Amino acid sequence: MAQAEARVGARRKSSLAVPGWWRGALVVAGKDLRSELRTKDALNASLAFSVVILLLFSFAFDPTVEETRALAGGLLWLVFAFAGALILNRSFARELANDCLDALVASPVSPAALYLGKVAANWVLLMVVQLASLVVFGVFYNAAWTRRLGALVGVVALGTWALSVVGTLFSALTVNLRLRELMLPLLVYPVLIPALLGAIQLTGPLAMGEAPGAGTEVWLRLLVGFDVIFTALALALSEAALVA
Amino acid sequence: MNALELEDVWKFYGDFPALRRLHLTVPQGACLALLGRNGAGKTTLLRILAGLMRAGRGAVRVLGADPRDRAVRARMGVLGHGIALYDELSAIENLVLFARLYGLDDAFGRARQWLERVGLGASAYSLVREFSRGMRQRLAVARAFLHEPEVVLLDEPFTALDDRAVETLQGLLRDAVTEGRTIVLSTHQLREALEPATHVALLVRGRLAFFGERSRQMLEDPGRLYREFGEAG
Repeated sequence: MAQAEARVGARRKSSLAVPGWWRGALVVAGKDLRSELRTKDALNASLAFSVVILLLFSFAFDPTVEETRALAGGLLWLVFAFAGALILNRSFARELANDCLDALVASPVSPAALYLGKVAANWVLLMVVQLASLVVFGVFYNAAWTRRLGALVGVVALGTWALSVVGTLFSALTVNLRLRELMLPLLVYPVLIPALLGAIQLTGPLAMGEAPGAGTEVWLRLLVGFDVIFTALALALSEAALVA
Repeated sequence: MNALELEDVWKFYGDFPALRRLHLTVPQGACLALLGRNGAGKTTLLRILAGLMRAGRGAVRVLGADPRDRAVRARMGVLGHGIALYDELSAIENLVLFARLYGLDDAFGRARQWLERVGLGASAYSLVREFSRGMRQRLAVARAFLHEPEVVLLDEPFTALDDRAVETLQGLLRDAVTEGRTIVLSTHQLREALEPATHVALLVRGRLAFFGERSRQMLEDPGRLYREFGEAG
């Protein structure tokens, strides 16, 4: 037995190491993106949903510029949140086929890195949907959203991070429920209210190509604070969420 | 050092005790055939050893540490009921993914080498969804052994394998034992499991009914253990 131990030990030293935290997260994110880009299940559904809602709303209400100015932030973030649920639901559901989640959890990648990798992949996919939605919004609502492109993309990126962080955590928690498609939005949206409020307030004027009004700093702080706090909280809870 | 140690391990599903007062010590380099009828607790025990589930009570040590320890997980290979492979990725993409998750040098080379070893070299770039059940199982076995683990936990690895693939897997198991790896093999296929085994454990309704070295008599009459320890039929 001692010989056996020595043989295995010697071989291992040359080839194997526990992967770094960031590297583990990157590998998981890369795998999720590759899987999604190959099937495009969630991406197509989410994109179609966003475009249809924006078009229907435009045809149904035919809003004036003033009405669009008042509604832009709320409309866009409602679309982002509901379309995002389609991507977030798939995040851990994808791991159910063939019990892939077991293999990920049994690997030496820490649950927090595994969770962060999934958050990053979801964030990229959600950003693709949000940016495509902005193009549709610009065309059908006659909004000059590209005028403040940098600030708008920054705010959408922060809001999308909040959606991704909270949504991915609840996606892990609800993955084994039969009604997970229903449960995920029911659990995520109430928690997201502060971030959504901040994102809606900041997005409204920027989506119309205008400078944000008074109180911008408070909403921005709220959004950044939400992102930092919930990222830390979700990372701390990731092991409990992933190991039965 | 013992590879696996369980002391007074219990696991409950609600009020139902799936594992009861389990004491088990498996030496390093052993190949343990874990036997038992459906519902005996084999999969639960393997999941606890793999760190996928917490024991309700008692102590579990794999290679002297908690199985949920990252360093221990890096030294374990696990093949559960599912094949744990992504249908939308190719065979080589799946193995490269797991090689990277285990921090292996030359992930691609290692993946290629294992595909050849399980007879899937020609299908390296085919998507797993196009594979037959037996090919998927062989790929899953390659995934479990890819990082040369010191402890390998295999739940029903012979499922869906044809005679040639069973032979390949038994060869892998024999090589692994020769190389000093510890293997825990849960299966209903007694003859296939007992052939490479050095030790045998029989679970009956969550209790350890028998544990000992595998004898020649067991090979000659694989059903004997079940008859002797109260689960005939």
